[in-house]
Amino acid sequence: MQDFEFHRAQTISEAVHLIAEDEGALLLAGGQTLLPTMKQGLATPSALVALRDLPELTAITARGDGRLEIGAMACHADVAASTIVRQRLPGLAALAGKIADRHVRNRGTLGGSIANCDPAADYPAALLALNAVIATNEREIAAGDFFIGLFTTALERQEIVTSVHFPTVARFAYGKFSNPASRYAIVGTAVAKTADEVRVAVTGAGADGVFRWTEAEARLSECFGPRAINGIEPDAAMLNSDIHASAEYRASLIRVMTARTIASILAAE
Amino acid sequence: MIPLSLTVNGKKVSLEVEARTLLVDLIRSHLRLTGTHIGCDTSQCGACVVHLNGRSVKSCSVLAVACDGDEITTIEALAGLNGELHPMQQAFADCHGLQCGYCTPGMVMTAISIAKEREHLDPSELREELHGNLCRCTGYQNIVKAIVAGAEAMKQG
Ligand SMILES: Cc1cc2nc3c(=O)[nH]c(=O)nc-3n(C[C@H](O)[C@H](O)[C@H](O)COP(=O)(O)OP(=O)(O)OC[C@H]3O[C@@H](n4cnc5c(N)ncnc54)[C@H](O)[C@@H]3O)c2cc1C
Ligand code: FES
Ligand code: FES
Repeated sequence: MQDFEFHRAQTISEAVHLIAEDEGALLLAGGQTLLPTMKQGLATPSALVALRDLPELTAITARGDGRLEIGAMACHADVAASTIVRQRLPGLAALAGKIADRHVRNRGTLGGSIANCDPAADYPAALLALNAVIATNEREIAAGDFFIGLFTTALERQEIVTSVHFPTVARFAYGKFSNPASRYAIVGTAVAKTADEVRVAVTGAGADGVFRWTEAEARLSECFGPRAINGIEPDAAMLNSDIHASAEYRASLIRVMTARTIASILAAE
Repeated sequence: MIPLSLTVNGKKVSLEVEARTLLVDLIRSHLRLTGTHIGCDTSQCGACVVHLNGRSVKSCSVLAVACDGDEITTIEALAGLNGELHPMQQAFADCHGLQCGYCTPGMVMTAISIAKEREHLDPSELREELHGNLCRCTGYQNIVKAIVAGAEAMKQG
């Protein structure tokens, strides 16, 4: 790995300043994606700005307006174990507990996962289905506007994710069909039902990354149950094909996993 | 070079390293604690697992400079002064939980962190928990047996 300068930012404005000053600088969260990428020579930052010393970025708070706020530097294991998350959004705690393996969960963070925007990452589907809001040092961005494509988000270069605000939704779950070797999702489906709408978001399968399956949403808004989506599948032309699964197989898995996710919500009631 | 102070196996260590030094290289090359292994260097195998502030991490995916002020525990800290094995190490020996032994330091460090977190170890849950640790020899059966026995022995104190 090529050497670089290393800074431990003591404030968010210091981190922004360090990133602004040096075009080759990158933020370092848990490093679980960035370090392997650097080892392969696919990223060669001139400097890393570590966010680890900023305790305000790790807080998990139940806010007065009913929203759940999770700091960008909260690691997956802490989200999975958090009493507040388990009470307010148990489906999200369960999702965090199924990311990667226990060692990666002790290090990898919410902010790093969504900023990286891997097309097979788990969190993006939850954020999109829950209509979460991503807070940065500059603005608030709706999940629908945040995830733009493969490894591409709405973040500007000098923008730091500080937290994510999740509306507390009584009916929410995530279903993951994992690759047995890597544990990444071949298909992951997040389903959220509020009084007004049902939202279904799919990760692992879209040729352009995470997406909402609107046809299923319309059917489920009429009648919320696994059978409502019998016979429909997303168009395989918009799905990804690789050595793990063809686009047609992924289309079928999306229907099956969405139905199972809905069944798990109903079974929990 | 970046100055760095941390506690490794209870001892304070101060040294200077390049920013790119991985925690596993600090442990193996700078501190000469070669019990922690490198199996893949790509975050897959778990041979490099150590405890960082009490939590299991893959030391090949952590920068040494990110650990300033932290506490590290490696496999060398487990056995007693006269070489008596930690109950989890003893259980691996008793249950034939290793063959070549390459994965074993990471397996044992992982096993101890799991045992400390949980009252009861269910073998199928345990298999889930071991996803980050690969063994090319044993087929895992005896590792699972060893961890269940080791956790029980740890409770007995
Ligand atoms: C073996 C293995 C298995 C995995 N399996 C899964 C899985 O099943 N599901 C899954 O979803 N993920 C998985 N991951 C990825 C894991 O969740 C990573 O932790 C995550 O993608 C990145 O988080 P990080 O905190 O490590 O970020 P880092 O690696 O530190 O950073 C990633 C990128 O995000 C940027 N960044 C970090 N924080 C911020 C911030 N606050 N604001 C703006 N930009 C920021 C960095 O500059 C960098 O470009 C796996 C990883 C490994 C190594
Ligand atoms: S050497 Fe660290 S996970 Fe394999
Ligand atoms: S005992 Fe040989 S790799 Fe596990």
